[in-house]
Amino acid sequence: MPDPILSLKKLDAFYGDFQALYGVDMEMAEGEVIAIIGANGAGKSTLLRSISGLMSNEIDQVNFLGKGIGAHRTDEIAALGLALVPEGRQLFPSLSVEENLLIGGRLNRKGPWDLQSVFDLFPVLKERRAYPSTALSGGQQQMVAIGRALMANPDLILFDEISLGLAPVTIKSIYDALPGIVGDGMSAIIVEQDISKALLVSDRVYCLMEGRVTLEGAADSISREAISHAYFGID
Amino acid sequence: MDWVNAIVQGVLLGGLYALFAAGLSLIFGVMRLVNIAHGDFIVLSAYLGLTVVTSTGMHPLLALIIVVPTMAAIGYFLQRGILNQTLGDDILPPLLVTFGLSVILQNLFLAGYSADPQKMDAGALETASVSVAGLSLGILPLLTFGIAIVVIASLQYMFFCTSLGRAFRAVSDNQDIAQLMGLNKRHMFGLAMGIALGVTAIAGILLGIRTSFDPTAGSARLIFGFEAVIIGGLGNLWGTLAGGIILGVAQTIGAKIDPGWQLLSGHIAFLIVLAIRPQGLFPRVSG
Repeated sequence: MPDPILSLKKLDAFYGDFQALYGVDMEMAEGEVIAIIGANGAGKSTLLRSISGLMSNEIDQVNFLGKGIGAHRTDEIAALGLALVPEGRQLFPSLSVEENLLIGGRLNRKGPWDLQSVFDLFPVLKERRAYPSTALSGGQQQMVAIGRALMANPDLILFDEISLGLAPVTIKSIYDALPGIVGDGMSAIIVEQDISKALLVSDRVYCLMEGRVTLEGAADSISREAISHAYFGID
Repeated sequence: MDWVNAIVQGVLLGGLYALFAAGLSLIFGVMRLVNIAHGDFIVLSAYLGLTVVTSTGMHPLLALIIVVPTMAAIGYFLQRGILNQTLGDDILPPLLVTFGLSVILQNLFLAGYSADPQKMDAGALETASVSVAGLSLGILPLLTFGIAIVVIASLQYMFFCTSLGRAFRAVSDNQDIAQLMGLNKRHMFGLAMGIALGVTAIAGILLGIRTSFDPTAGSARLIFGFEAVIIGGLGNLWGTLAGGIILGVAQTIGAKIDPGWQLLSGHIAFLIVLAIRPQGLFPRVSG
């Protein structure tokens, strides 16, 4: 394996006295798309919060581009080239659609994504560019959240439950857009409850249960039985 | 004609109150921090202005060139060094710490400048006036009102038309997500406090030219500032100007009825607005 873009070494994470992650190890190569699946409360979102710096860890537990970032601030990690599409969209309500996108691009990192290319990917956003972000439908808000993360031209993009609470037809259109996003070499981690969607777009899968990795393997060779065992802990 | 005069003078006074309030409004809007020491920072600006004027002999308005950046720098480092540590889910620590700052500042003024009232000398500007339609309008109040409009228009432009303002609004909306955009919230808060105290410096100099001040003059200015912000509606800068004008007019009309009623009638106007429209006259539309 060439130098990994991201590696986690015995990552523990805590909310106060509650331990949410137990010694999670993970490696991903540049350009890889990894899916993380698991039931509610398995630690998926905690994992993304730890990687993006929203939760602080020991410095060497999270390595990004060969650098220990476990104890770095969120904004420093973002500047290194890591973007998160947060669960529940979390757009800035007092900013317009276009301003939400522009603030995503404020780090001025070089790359293919700018206002124009995001509008090409999601044409509806161009029509709604001047709207307050709260005036959009859930699916359109999700497009803004994805566009906002892309505007940073990250090396690694994290998607947290991007299909949560959306209509199936909207989910399909967002997943149809994914290959166009990760196609040109951007690495991605996709946290998803919909296992079939996750397997379809990813190269490798990690399954989490109660804060531990219970399964890891290539998306196209992993068996449904193995997943349900790792997912629920039953045979 | 006397009543018209009272109203016009009140409107002009409202410009000064809006300047007192703009900094309060800005920092509350960006970081939900209520600065109890705000009035004392207005007085600190006046004392700094006094020191510059007496040591260099320059005109008080020229002293703005020195006092505004000084106060802005004090604001930035105060925020980074102390106030950022107090911000969190609990609203009490920033209140207590800024209250403590207020006590410290007042005692420093007392030690450094004595309890005697002081005033800056602006020469002919203080008494100059123009006659408009039978009313005699002071140049200084007119200038103050004009500066208030320019300051509020600039803040409004900064907030809604620049990338800095966009960043302020994003941090105000959601601090965690704003950090994912590469915004360092501690730095942003420092900048907000720097801008707020820069505006405060303008208010303090104009106050110190208009009237005499002493080490305890800050608390009354804090109240006027709060009242203007609340009357106008939180988070709305033009509303804050309107709030300042309503407060100013209420005071001058009260003083016209009976000089003893000046302050009381301002507070009564505030209480009436609070009773009828607790959200203020022009609250921010969204959020």
